[in-house]
Amino acid sequence: MPDPTDNIIECDDVTVRFGEQTVLDRLTLNVRRGERLVILGGSGAGKSTLLNLLAAETRATSGQVRIDGQDICGMSETQLDDYRKSIGVLFQSGALFQSMTIGDNVALPLREHTDLDEETIQIIIKMKLELVGLREHAHKLPSQISGGMKKRAGLARALALDPKIIFYDEPSAGLDPVSVTEVDQLMIGLNETLGVTTVVITHEMVSAFRVAHRLVLMDQGQFVADGPPDEMKNSSDPLVYQFVNGLAEGPLADRRDRDAYTADLLGAY
Amino acid sequence: MSVTTPVEKLGSAGLKTTGFIGAIGLLLRDVAALSPRMVTATRGRRLAWDNLWFQMYRVGVRSIGVVGLVTFCIGAILALQIGPILEDYGAAAQLPTIIGIAMFRELGPLIGAIVLTGFAGASIAAELGTMAVAEELKALRSHAISPIRFLVVPRVLATTIMTVCLATFSDAMGVVGGAFTSNLALGITPTQYLRQTFEAVGHFDLLTGLFKAGVFGAIIGALPCYLGMNVRGGASGVGAATTKTVVYSIVALVCVDLLFTFVFYMLEL
Repeated sequence: MPDPTDNIIECDDVTVRFGEQTVLDRLTLNVRRGERLVILGGSGAGKSTLLNLLAAETRATSGQVRIDGQDICGMSETQLDDYRKSIGVLFQSGALFQSMTIGDNVALPLREHTDLDEETIQIIIKMKLELVGLREHAHKLPSQISGGMKKRAGLARALALDPKIIFYDEPSAGLDPVSVTEVDQLMIGLNETLGVTTVVITHEMVSAFRVAHRLVLMDQGQFVADGPPDEMKNSSDPLVYQFVNGLAEGPLADRRDRDAYTADLLGAY
Repeated sequence: MSVTTPVEKLGSAGLKTTGFIGAIGLLLRDVAALSPRMVTATRGRRLAWDNLWFQMYRVGVRSIGVVGLVTFCIGAILALQIGPILEDYGAAAQLPTIIGIAMFRELGPLIGAIVLTGFAGASIAAELGTMAVAEELKALRSHAISPIRFLVVPRVLATTIMTVCLATFSDAMGVVGGAFTSNLALGITPTQYLRQTFEAVGHFDLLTGLFKAGVFGAIIGALPCYLGMNVRGGASGVGAATTKTVVYSIVALVCVDLLFTFVFYMLEL
């Protein structure tokens, strides 16, 4: 289990606004080194913005985001590039470069950021692809492999520079149950064997409970619950209960303004 | 704020156009700033050169046939249209001079660039647009790889270099087209035609044409890259970017050509 005093990610009172809209509202979050954190939340809760913030794709409007003690909000573009080299991101679609083979996808960060010769790069490609079970598919194009394999290939690319944190954006999206289990086992395996801190964004509950050391639930740009899987499963909080059990009735559904719907249908204001 | 009156609409369109031209200018500035890295970078240089060669092949080599055919026809059409009028004035012998100057200074670079817009510009916009939709640009940034350096620089350099090369080829094909129909319609022998063309066309006519072709090439490369990288909204966004690329590029090429011609005229060049 991760050391409870050793935080690798510290978000302190972070707010992100796009124009008038507040997407993340004074969030505070600590992630321990080596921890597997799953961030849950419905559509529009702010999960993707939080991931973009942690992956240095979006800047915070206020507050601090410290990774390994370094505030990434105050970094220059060059410093952010150094930070980006130390993390890995698995995108929802895999985001493989379609014009390159799987092997070349994995090799790209190595060719761009290291002085390694081609022979060494080829060895590393094999090692990374073996980790995700795709070594024999190195020569194939992304269009020639299945959705689950694309996710695993994207993960091999994310691992290319030996990141200390991996962010997973909806790793289960669009996969069949067997592939979901394979990807989950891969996330757990990489975390346990390489010690890499794992932050997963999902709303796939089975997968979330299988992977997480700890879960947080986001709603309207804020964290509304935080705890280990057992605690979240047995929570009496109506919002957590509704989300975890996937119920149609509850606080999330009650937010829909039925009067506004009627007025909209009848053309009234 | 909604724009309602004609004056407001005009102002809004003016602001949008100015903003768009400014954005293309900034992109070209970034390309100019990052291009020296093709030579000076210690890492990723081979990949950058491979990328440049591939783009030059894709933009230039594959379009030789189409550009050659179109400019041959333009030369032939000009000879058929102007020849009889000159013959009426007893100045049929001036035909090679007129076609030569027109092709070298104006039509060779412009027609070549317009053909390339349809051939390469649209495909660049569609390619980068699809990459934007598939999160590939985001994936590049997450690996600390600048999409401008990795994707835009090779494309803009390739279109610039190849538009200059194709302009030379277009000039030659236009002259050949003119010689072909002049021989059939006016009885001017090809030898006589070519001799007179070389006597009439000076170095300066060739160089101003090639200079213009270089600028056209930068426009043909930067404009689709900008539109493609800013695609939003999936497949329809990619389609819109492709259409905009062709329309905006042709308008931009003709406007820039007019500007050059006006400046050269004022400077009596």
